[in-house]
Amino acid sequence: MENYMKLEIPAKSCNEAFARAAVAAFSVQLDLSVEELADIKTAVSEAVTNSIVHGYPDMKGTVKITCRIIENILEIEVTDCGIGIENIGQAMQPLFTTGSENERSGMGFTVMQTFMDELAVESEPGVGTTVKMKKRIRG
Amino acid sequence: MEIKVESIGTTLVVKMYGEIDHHSAQTFRETVDRELAMKNIVNIVMDFDGVTFMDSSGIGVLVGRYKQIAARGGKMMIIRVKPQVDKILEISGLKKIMECSH
Repeated sequence: MENYMKLEIPAKSCNEAFARAAVAAFSVQLDLSVEELADIKTAVSEAVTNSIVHGYPDMKGTVKITCRIIENILEIEVTDCGIGIENIGQAMQPLFTTGSENERSGMGFTVMQTFMDELAVESEPGVGTTVKMKKRIRG
Repeated sequence: MEIKVESIGTTLVVKMYGEIDHHSAQTFRETVDRELAMKNIVNIVMDFDGVTFMDSSGIGVLVGRYKQIAARGGKMMIIRVKPQVDKILEISGLKKIMECSH
């Protein structure tokens, strides 16, 4: 099976729930387990929250979410045109966070890595960040 | 997300309903902190029976409240945890510092 969807939302925190629910609704055409669906929702929530909190500190901008299904693999891309990440390796370290206010846990990338099969992060300061994730659905 | 608080002696029982993410975390944080500021609370029981989803934003809030309770010499526990939330608690290491039960 091949299918795709594209979604664009303003960087508002109230859209986080909508974004993960939309990806979950698209994903159910794959024959996935309850746990796999929860993993996907959580990983999307982390990626979209990162874009909103870190990509756009002034909360102005849009987040684009693209999902593709190729046979039993779900690919998800979350892209922002925000401030970008200076040091991706450091950003991906568990517990590392630049968001000192509001108690960010620094676990976002760790959650994405744990819950998905593949994670790649591309970023350029001043240009934006793209997070690419893949999950092989076992059902 | 909906949140209900009730204090029994020096223990605060926090009942959560719905999804805990970056958006709803603020209400969660503010509601618990208001109780901690107003009352002589030593322990917190987080009742997660109604929590259908949580991401790492929830971990940040839980750790922040845990630090306050630990500073008061008290304990914090999370009860009636659903599998999706359990997985987040596990990988964050929170289960090593506080009691979490199904």
